[in-house]
Amino acid sequence: MTDYEAVIGIETHVELQTASKMFCGCPVSFGAEPNSTCCPVCLALPGALPVPNEAAIEGILRIGAALECELVERSLFHRKNYFYPDLPKNYQISQYDVPLCVAGRLALDVDGEEVTVGITRVHMEEDTGKSVHVGEGGRIHGAEYSLLDFNRAGVPLVEIVSEPDLRSAEQARAYGAELQLLVRSLGVSDARLEEGSMRFDANISVRPVGQDAYGTRTEVKNMNSLRSLQRAVAYEIDRQIELVEAGGTVILETRHWDEEAGNTSGMRSKEESEDYRYFQEPDLLPLQIDDAWRQRVQASLPELPAQQRARYAGLGVDPKTAVVLGGSPELGVLFDGAVDAGADLRMVGNWLTVDVVAHLRRESVELDATALNASHLAELSAMVAGGDLSATAAKDVLDRVIAGEGSPSEVAKAQDLIQISDVAAIETAVEGVLAENGEALERMREGDMKPLGFLVGQVMRATGGKADPRLVSDLLRRKAGA
Amino acid sequence: MTDPADLTITAAAAALRGGEITSVELTEAVLRRAAVTEAQLHAYLTLDQTGARRAASDADADFAAGRDRGPLQGIPLALKDNLCTRGMETTAGSKILAGYVPPYDATIVTKLRDGGAVILGKANLDEFAMGSSTENSAYGATRNPWDPDTVPGGSSGGAAAAVAAGSALGAYGSDTGGSIRQPASLCGIVGMKPTYGLVSRYGLIAFASSLDQIGPLSRTVQDAATMLEAVAGFDIHDATSYRGEVPDISGSLTAGVKGMRLGVVKELSGEGIDPQVAAAMWATLDALSDAGAEVVEVSMPATEYALSAYYLIAPAECSANLARFDGVRYGLRVPGDTVEEMMAATRAEGFGPEVIRRVLLGTYALSAGYYDAFYGQAQKVRTLVRDDFRRAYEQVDVLVSPTSPTTAFPIGAKAADPIAMYYSDVCTLALNLAGHPGMSVPVGLDDAGLPIGFQLMAPALGEEPLFRVGAEIERLVGFDARPALATSEVTGP
Repeated sequence: MTDYEAVIGIETHVELQTASKMFCGCPVSFGAEPNSTCCPVCLALPGALPVPNEAAIEGILRIGAALECELVERSLFHRKNYFYPDLPKNYQISQYDVPLCVAGRLALDVDGEEVTVGITRVHMEEDTGKSVHVGEGGRIHGAEYSLLDFNRAGVPLVEIVSEPDLRSAEQARAYGAELQLLVRSLGVSDARLEEGSMRFDANISVRPVGQDAYGTRTEVKNMNSLRSLQRAVAYEIDRQIELVEAGGTVILETRHWDEEAGNTSGMRSKEESEDYRYFQEPDLLPLQIDDAWRQRVQASLPELPAQQRARYAGLGVDPKTAVVLGGSPELGVLFDGAVDAGADLRMVGNWLTVDVVAHLRRESVELDATALNASHLAELSAMVAGGDLSATAAKDVLDRVIAGEGSPSEVAKAQDLIQISDVAAIETAVEGVLAENGEALERMREGDMKPLGFLVGQVMRATGGKADPRLVSDLLRRKAGA
Repeated sequence: MTDPADLTITAAAAALRGGEITSVELTEAVLRRAAVTEAQLHAYLTLDQTGARRAASDADADFAAGRDRGPLQGIPLALKDNLCTRGMETTAGSKILAGYVPPYDATIVTKLRDGGAVILGKANLDEFAMGSSTENSAYGATRNPWDPDTVPGGSSGGAAAAVAAGSALGAYGSDTGGSIRQPASLCGIVGMKPTYGLVSRYGLIAFASSLDQIGPLSRTVQDAATMLEAVAGFDIHDATSYRGEVPDISGSLTAGVKGMRLGVVKELSGEGIDPQVAAAMWATLDALSDAGAEVVEVSMPATEYALSAYYLIAPAECSANLARFDGVRYGLRVPGDTVEEMMAATRAEGFGPEVIRRVLLGTYALSAGYYDAFYGQAQKVRTLVRDDFRRAYEQVDVLVSPTSPTTAFPIGAKAADPIAMYYSDVCTLALNLAGHPGMSVPVGLDDAGLPIGFQLMAPALGEEPLFRVGAEIERLVGFDARPALATSEVTGP
């Protein structure tokens, strides 16, 4: 039995959220009325000409710089020719042999294993319109008719091509996840897989372990989540190995991932459709990226996800918390702000990565849309540390702060959750409870400490949960002479 | 009294400002001329009498109110029908765009409207500007006003015929390989191709983007200068448009040629040139020499390959430029069972044979395995052609040659022989490969009474010396013949 190794490279498309489209002044907007954000240029009316969007070039340079690419001084646009109804010009303005960014890399941590993926190139192109095929399972062939929406046509699209450095479905997913984080941290795109502002195509082949030559690859499309990226790659690896084991041959083709069926199926043979007749776009001049621009881009890069994780590790944040914090720029900003304001690392890390995340999921809201800010977290942390609030009560307060009921101290007061740290007041409650539970007190005096938990609970109930449980426990032990 | 339709733009502009004529009177005279000549010429695809009359009366109102929007205010002009006009059908001479009404104006049309010009309508052309005789129009050929049995040249044949016949005072055309200069030559008028990028291409229906340039067709060099100055300059909508200062043209039209060095391009002036055409060129050079210019012969060996390179580059670019005509969003749609069948049927039905020939040539030239041998090689030749020009301009200020190897040829004479037709552009297309400005100036008539054009070429942004020599030729030669058809008299059957 031969052992096989998978070889995977990923092409990632990222829609840039610039104010206007790549080659015209139409707004980049999602969810607008179909065909409402179009003009002669993005509809390819006769006579219209493209003019490049500088903000989009800036966006791709930021991505290239963050991927440690070389940013070239002079770059060319090409026409990629193919006929498709949602491609208005029937050619796409793209880049061919002189892309803007080349030879970069992205480091991944895959379950503790360090994997560095080479980035072949990052290039600029324009998006197509959207087709909706009515009838026959939503595919163009056999559809009764098709509807076209050109709002997306001409939206700036960045293509990031990795080297075939990935070896497993888990690594593929980790690459996708890290790239998504990176793009989001740069603020150039929301990189939402389910909405198509980030899309993956995976090139997959298998070969016997030890063989240098690559096997024949297939290109798998239509994965709209990180999970489906991982599933699709895993499925395709297994399919190819089974095929080869059974004496079959993998053919060079594009395959469509079916999320529901959990399988891939052939779309078209690559050989038939690969001649795009690229030639230099005569309507555009070569792009000149001068030193000053490149330096400006480098200098403007924010802290990248990997740098952020390293910083958290240095602060002593546990790795799992660091991953979750780094997974969302908004969480990271709140964490940094709270810690800067003196909050406890572990407490805030735990609140953000467990309680806040759970709240957002439960209420289906975005963090941005909530009232929570860094000073709330710092205040909450100080209240717990100062003994004014129990850890349990703090979580309740946090939920209400997120919901917009006020600052932590306002909420705690309104809910009457301020902890009783007054020994005399607690002692009164303890004595009351012991008076009703003489038997339990006797057992403790005899050295059986089992009733302690029960008694603490009774005291907490008597104080409406506001007593500091450590104080209660101490007092009970003292009464029992333990 | 001169029929106002026969006025130059310069004379008409002066008359409008002197109160000797109104724009409405001028426009009516031109429309009257068109009513007579169109029956024979078919220079126009669309003649917008209503719009022209409205623009003329607006111009008169402006004059009356003391508003002067520029030298073209109130001047009736024609536009080649590959220039997009908002609200006015624009077909590029193709069936695939029959009935297509653009929702926007080309940049030059915006400039003309802002300048108060009167747009008469849309002039006939070879389909998508592909041709040298205007016989490739899907809407029928245009005829030459000097002899209706001959072609007016092309592809701006309708524009050239209209200006020669007086059914427009001037016209804007496009020149990809000679499409302004060659019909100007065959129709006995001035035709000028500016430096690539000097006039915005936004709204010009593209044939070959790296070669196309909009320019004027007019009766005098001064008129051409006025028309060019009215539309030149940077346009935010055209990434290839020139960002610098527009060269000063009108200011030096009378400076003369004394001390200028003129180079006769050897490869474009000997073999294959009709002897009468060559003789007219040499006679003109003699006059220029007498006027103080120094005339030398210049060799540009790469021009021998320019025609082959041109017929790879232009078709390659057009194969992509014309891909958008697919029946999906506008224009003709021929139904099919699948989207591919619909597109294929639409294009097969909508494009004429010359367009299909060039799209296929270009597709082939760009195909995997053929790119290097064809398109790649043609780009190398293009570089060599540019090098030839650069070396030539180290020796001379302006290069000269005949504009067309022959005068107007009979309708149908070359229709069945594409290579013979392509050869009509042999003198003009090298200039487009270089991106330089050029001009055709009429210098005489042949034995058959057909006009002969003289081509001037200058380096990039060399419009000033180009127009200076052109204006001097005009003075020296004194070409003032008018075609027999240029009359508003209705003659008997």
